[in-house]
Amino acid sequence: MQYSAKVMDHFSNPRNVGEIADADGVGEVGNPTCGDIMKMYLKIDGGRITDVKFKTFGCGAAIATSSIATEMIKGKSVDEALQLSNKAVIEALDGLPPVKVHCSVLAEQAVKAALSDYYRRQGVDPEPIVGKLVEDCHACEAAGCGAPQ
Amino acid sequence: MEQTGKIIYLDNAATTPVSGPVLDAMLPYFSQHYGNPSSVYGIARQSKEALDAARTQVAAALNCLPEEVFFTGCGSESDNWAVKGIAHKLAAQGKRHLITTSIEHHAILHSMAELEKEGFEVTYLPVDADGLVSPDQVRAAIRPDTALVSVMYANNEIGTVEPVAEIGAVCREAGVLFHTDAVQAAGTLKINVQAQKIDALSLSAHKFNGPKGVGALYLKKGLRLPNLIDGGGQENGRRAGTENVAGIVGLGKALELANAQLAEKAVHLEKLRDYVIRTVRQSIPNVKLNGHPTRRLPGNVNLSFEGIEGEGMLLLLDMKGVCASSGSACTSGSLDPSHVLLAIGLPHEIAHGSLRLTFGPQNTMEDAQAACSALQEIIPRLRAMSPVWDKIEKGEAKPLLG
Repeated sequence: MQYSAKVMDHFSNPRNVGEIADADGVGEVGNPTCGDIMKMYLKIDGGRITDVKFKTFGCGAAIATSSIATEMIKGKSVDEALQLSNKAVIEALDGLPPVKVHCSVLAEQAVKAALSDYYRRQGVDPEPIVGKLVEDCHACEAAGCGAPQ
Repeated sequence: MEQTGKIIYLDNAATTPVSGPVLDAMLPYFSQHYGNPSSVYGIARQSKEALDAARTQVAAALNCLPEEVFFTGCGSESDNWAVKGIAHKLAAQGKRHLITTSIEHHAILHSMAELEKEGFEVTYLPVDADGLVSPDQVRAAIRPDTALVSVMYANNEIGTVEPVAEIGAVCREAGVLFHTDAVQAAGTLKINVQAQKIDALSLSAHKFNGPKGVGALYLKKGLRLPNLIDGGGQENGRRAGTENVAGIVGLGKALELANAQLAEKAVHLEKLRDYVIRTVRQSIPNVKLNGHPTRRLPGNVNLSFEGIEGEGMLLLLDMKGVCASSGSACTSGSLDPSHVLLAIGLPHEIAHGSLRLTFGPQNTMEDAQAACSALQEIIPRLRAMSPVWDKIEKGEAKPLLG
């Protein structure tokens, strides 16, 4: 298994690590059982993501996908952030090994979980907007987005 | 990840470098003494004599007869042959029950799983929190239709050394064949198949500074297993195919050299092992030693660090030139961590944070110190970005490792 230079860069120098004390949306996905947890914090002003931070428990790919996802949504509108797909995350990292594809799904879901929390805080039901979240790695695996060997 | 500078190789349970004397012993058998051992002329006789000498070296190391030693392609092949061969042989006598442990290497576990598909019944003995299986557990599991007990000599991940002689005695008394996967033990621990009442034993050259691609299976005289490969008369007709002469020469030489220095090797490895365990425990909080505290391989360190995942550790260690391994899911290619770490009762999140460092004779105290310094930097760095560690630090979650 070989990571791209981009993955190694984001793993060894992760962007936007940390937390936001007065975040407008916080999302956590994954669980310690399957070895990946991502927690994402959003600061949203006038429908635009002005700041984003993350903390991740997981492998190199989990840390790298979280890091690049934060870069990809920072400064974007909420609507644009909602469009972030795991495929875009993989492309931005110049690819991921097949067994690590689930990490990119988790990164997409972490962003969506934080946005759902943002909507909830606004008194808006997030599900019609954000959709149903895949918060568990085994569910992700069952859905066929991971490809464990 | 490319990295420059010195390589600190601390993954000797995965494989070891071929030592200089072993390489020297092997080299003539590639292009100088290249004769086929089955032929009759001079250069073939040299090859045949080299095979005989290697067989004698292995026999001396195990305290068995040369004709009880069969050369194979690897430790996994030896395991497969022993387990499936004994099962198939004794099935003819109506014995279709096998006993093993839950912490065996996959070469044993997957062989057992195949036999289950064929209708054999397998008992997987649980181990205690240190990874030990007891002779009493084995005794209690033996039935009239038990064909084989297979218990590893020492565990490849956590280093626990099993009570092989006691289990051998239980099996001999009950009239049940006993196989042990000694891949991690051979060349490191003193093996005596007579005294330990072992009927079959697997070993692999590349674990004790010999070459890859060659192993051996000891089979007690009279235990005639079905042929592994049909063809010529090699290995007494049981494993046909022209022999890997250079590899076998290397195996014999490496085992002879290792066995001549078992005590010195153990003292050296234990010094490095105990230094790392002591230093890490003193300088890094929330860490646990996996495996038995004293009944463990002299070069094995297996630690779990709370709040982080193993692969990140391996990648950051690699950037510092340190080669190590982990039992985390991310390194196993599935979502589940190592079956061994789960079998000793570790919660998934602690198993994911495991790190194995295994020392070899070529390692120095400087290597051990470099590994500790690297960990002292890496562990806090990964914990600083972990939401799991975050909760523990803020008192929102209870630590699992005190």
